[in-house]
Amino acid sequence: MSSVPVHNPVRVTEWQLPYKGRVGMAALIVGESAIFTIFVVAYIFYLGKSVTGPQPADVLEVPILGTICLLSSSVTIWRAERAIEDDRMTSFTGWLGATIGLAIAFLLGTAAEWKKLIYRDGLTISTNLFGTTFYSLVGLHATHVVIGLVLLSSVFLFSLFGRLDSRQSQRFGTVALYWHFVDGVWIVVFSVVYLIGR
Amino acid sequence: MLAQLIPRIVRSGAAATSACLPTVIWAQGPQRIPSTLAPASTSAHQIFDLSLFVVTLTGAIFVVVGGLLAIALFKFRVRKSDPSAEPAQIYGSTQIELAWTVIPVLIVVVLFLTTARIIFAIQDAPKPSAAVDVTVIGHQFWWEFRYPKYGVVTANELHIPVSSKSAPQPTFLKLTSADVNHSFWIPQLGGKTDLIANHTNSMWLDPNTPGLYLGQCAQFCGAQHAMMLLRVYVDTPEQFDAWIKNQQQPGLQDTAVAAGRRVFETQACMNCHTIAGTAATGRFGPDLTHLMSRATLASGATDNTPENLRQWIKAPDTFKRGALMPAMQLNDEQLDQLTAYLETLK
Amino acid sequence: MSDYPLPHPELIETIVSDGSKRTLTERLHSWVVTVDHKRLGILYILYSTLFLLVGGAEALFIRIQLAFPHNHFLSAQVYNRFFTMHGTTMVFLVGMPFLFGFANYIVPLQIGARDMAFPRLNAFSFWLTAFGGLLLYYSFLGGGGLYGVGNAPDVGWFAYAPLTARSFSPGHATDYWALALIVGGFGTFGTAINIVATVISMRCKGMTFMRMPLFTWLMLIVSMLTLVTITPLTAAQLMLLIDRYLGGHFFDTQAGGSSVIWIHFFWIFGHPEVYVLVLPAFAIANEIIPVFSRKAIFGYPAMVAASICIMFVSLSVWAHHMFTVGMTSVSNAFFTLSTMLVGVPTGIKIFNWIATLWGGRIRFTTPMLFCIGFLFQFLLAGLTGIMLSVSPWDWQLHNSYFVIAHFHYVLVGAVVFCIFAAIYFWYPKATGRLMNETLGKWHCWLFAIGFHITFDTMHLLGLLGMPRSIYTYQPDRGWNILNLVVSAGGLIQGIAVLIFIYNFITSLYRGEVAGHDPWDAWTLEWSTPSPPPSYNFEELPEVHSRRPLWDLKHPEDPDWEYEA
Repeated sequence: MSSVPVHNPVRVTEWQLPYKGRVGMAALIVGESAIFTIFVVAYIFYLGKSVTGPQPADVLEVPILGTICLLSSSVTIWRAERAIEDDRMTSFTGWLGATIGLAIAFLLGTAAEWKKLIYRDGLTISTNLFGTTFYSLVGLHATHVVIGLVLLSSVFLFSLFGRLDSRQSQRFGTVALYWHFVDGVWIVVFSVVYLIGR
Repeated sequence: MLAQLIPRIVRSGAAATSACLPTVIWAQGPQRIPSTLAPASTSAHQIFDLSLFVVTLTGAIFVVVGGLLAIALFKFRVRKSDPSAEPAQIYGSTQIELAWTVIPVLIVVVLFLTTARIIFAIQDAPKPSAAVDVTVIGHQFWWEFRYPKYGVVTANELHIPVSSKSAPQPTFLKLTSADVNHSFWIPQLGGKTDLIANHTNSMWLDPNTPGLYLGQCAQFCGAQHAMMLLRVYVDTPEQFDAWIKNQQQPGLQDTAVAAGRRVFETQACMNCHTIAGTAATGRFGPDLTHLMSRATLASGATDNTPENLRQWIKAPDTFKRGALMPAMQLNDEQLDQLTAYLETLK
Repeated sequence: MSDYPLPHPELIETIVSDGSKRTLTERLHSWVVTVDHKRLGILYILYSTLFLLVGGAEALFIRIQLAFPHNHFLSAQVYNRFFTMHGTTMVFLVGMPFLFGFANYIVPLQIGARDMAFPRLNAFSFWLTAFGGLLLYYSFLGGGGLYGVGNAPDVGWFAYAPLTARSFSPGHATDYWALALIVGGFGTFGTAINIVATVISMRCKGMTFMRMPLFTWLMLIVSMLTLVTITPLTAAQLMLLIDRYLGGHFFDTQAGGSSVIWIHFFWIFGHPEVYVLVLPAFAIANEIIPVFSRKAIFGYPAMVAASICIMFVSLSVWAHHMFTVGMTSVSNAFFTLSTMLVGVPTGIKIFNWIATLWGGRIRFTTPMLFCIGFLFQFLLAGLTGIMLSVSPWDWQLHNSYFVIAHFHYVLVGAVVFCIFAAIYFWYPKATGRLMNETLGKWHCWLFAIGFHITFDTMHLLGLLGMPRSIYTYQPDRGWNILNLVVSAGGLIQGIAVLIFIYNFITSLYRGEVAGHDPWDAWTLEWSTPSPPPSYNFEELPEVHSRRPLWDLKHPEDPDWEYEA
């Protein structure tokens, strides 16, 4: 062995790979985006094709307040992320609580809107193509908000009982990424349904 | 140029081969092979010629690549005489890899341009004024054919005139469906086109030789998709005119079979079927005005004989289990009378 | 030796078990609750093998029915259920689980990790897939019970609307199809996320992306593709269920809905899906062909680039399944072009493999024989794919037996051949024993002969006008003898698979002991004991080239001196 020239490679010193939680969440977001894309494509394809029943322009009111709430919640959760990174846990709990409050406000707005559409305007998922595609798309988004709410509330409870500190900041970052995704989807849904589609 | 020369040479060989197919040992009884290799219309010929070019090109690729593979396996198999050291490790070669990227791209360009020409030639062909119009409506599990300019409605067996370069009379079909998706395919006369509800497709046929051509539904449409057969009769101009004239007549009113006609009118038959000139105007099932002008029953499920007709009405499941015609629960006397009546609808 | 931190097999003491015998219940329980990627990989593979036999039996029943015209072996209704279930089973319960099972087992070992990124998600995904399959098969029992084979789906594996609407498919057959695949789809989604996170975040020191084994590269690409492939199907199936149960109108042609939009959504899933199935076959070939040619893969960077290219371009070709639906001539031309173009990176890979063989010292072991079959058959399959991409010709060939011949050439001739190759290749790693070579060669030759008898002949049936999805055919169309020949080949393949099952089971007890590295290979999984301990590596390795074991075995001529 010793008579054979042995070549030595350069040893690796720096080896930093992306945090796996973030990568996994990004992958989830890519897949979920594909699901939403299909529902959005169906919505756009069927615009103006309903044979009977209420049309978007007749019954849709732009949910400005709800949208402001939801998009602000992205800001508040970002503040919460900064707080947990700096180990400012009271601040974190506050910002997280605000995020949850804003999300609940958004969902209440959606509930009020749907109540009006169903009882006053007679629009249900089976009324016509508009009803089917509207409730499916907005409903799919609302479901994702609810899931996010469950995630955020669980973290909120842990925080209330003093179980969190900056060591969980990366994990919280993963949850926050999901929340930003939900907001991003709303921007698309809002534009397609309430701006372009009306 | 080469693209047109090669098909001509190969086509005669292929034509000779496909002409022999019906008489080859595989045949059991008289065969009517719906072969894509025996084209009998302009578009089928264009497709066949294109396919010969493609086969030649891909065949050449197969010989070259497959040949290299075979040579490599033979030449570089391990032998006892080989030294124990590993062979030279070659990690790649930019020139070779560039070459074998560029050449396939060039092949694709040639193939695509050849193909695109035929796509536009077939799909965007202009419609001459002498063209015959037929609307095809797909049902589970039968075909409805309507000739709007002639006021003719029939089922399952299509008659179209032969068309020649000197006297072009192609048939332009509009295709749609009353229920699920179907597909109209007569291989010798052209490619297939789907029949989709709430969606109208179009295609054209200009057959160059009179005769009977077979096909069947080519999109899975439910239980009896396999028995949704197609017969296309390409008629000479005289034959076609005669057929049209006959189809334009209302249903025959023969008093000898009045009893059967009464059965037809009172036993719910008219809910689904039409017989022109009577009160029967149902459209769920095939138009029966000229039932006896057809060679088969139930879109080819069985031959059109009095026994089969009687059995079909008595129990459709005998021939086509899952067909949407219910067993009509008629007694023997009613069946005899009804069959006798329908037998007069020539 | 150098101070290379790669664990040397001779220097590691294998952990001896503590000797206490566990009961059968305890051992089975450990398999049920496991989160170890190796055990989950084996569970996936056993699951797929079981359904390979079930799906194969369905195929044999189909071929017996079609061996003679107007045969009465299966009724129309039963036949329609069998061909639907055969397709659905083979794609979702055999192909995907086999390939993700291999990824599960091999990828962490090849990147020098101890497990996948999310072991519990891994287990959850497997059980979702498993239960999805059981739900699908429960359909045979549900509803009318075994009479008329219950409520098994009978709408074709592509379940075109509006045939799947409540009015045309009463009963629950379609619901079983949609629900089982939604559940299984979430399982697949979870595994894809896991593989992406594992490959990106858990590679051992020194393993840059361009030093990963090609198997791992391709599994990463497949998983990324899966993220956007399985999800459109889930979306479309949710829409179908909304139509069937909530009165929705997505595919309701009476209310202005469209059948064509289902077709688009299905094939937006369906075409990339076949790449999800075939890319792992390439992954397997990329490992086996170099080892048995005794040469490094030719053109590693080009292989990576071609695979990434395929991933993107495959998302743009779906409508070549729709040439007869009535798209404009411009659309047809576009999809013709994109389909032809995706053949270029795919074809290049074949050239790279031939160049790897060229100048080598080829050993014809069973895994290599299957890979050679793969090479010839994939070449032919690609060429018939080019034929089908020529849309005017596709207007004749679509929905005929030519298409069935083409896709079985890919799915059996390429994918299944590579699955068999992979099993023979990595079985010694997972079990510690080699499979029997003689039986392996019998399996290979018999299967190849049966395969060619069946699927070569089938192309001719398509050219002679025989459409697919038909439970019987007319005796006067010239298809009789050809169908009989096709069926005979199927029986031969069945016998070959039985030989394989026998070999698989008996080698567990009687196979030759394998050791760490029976094939003299070069990637990290061959540095561990066979089978590897639960923690995979005593010490996480550090690599400096694409073939760390080559560097160890050839310190005078290591790979990292030649790699860029």
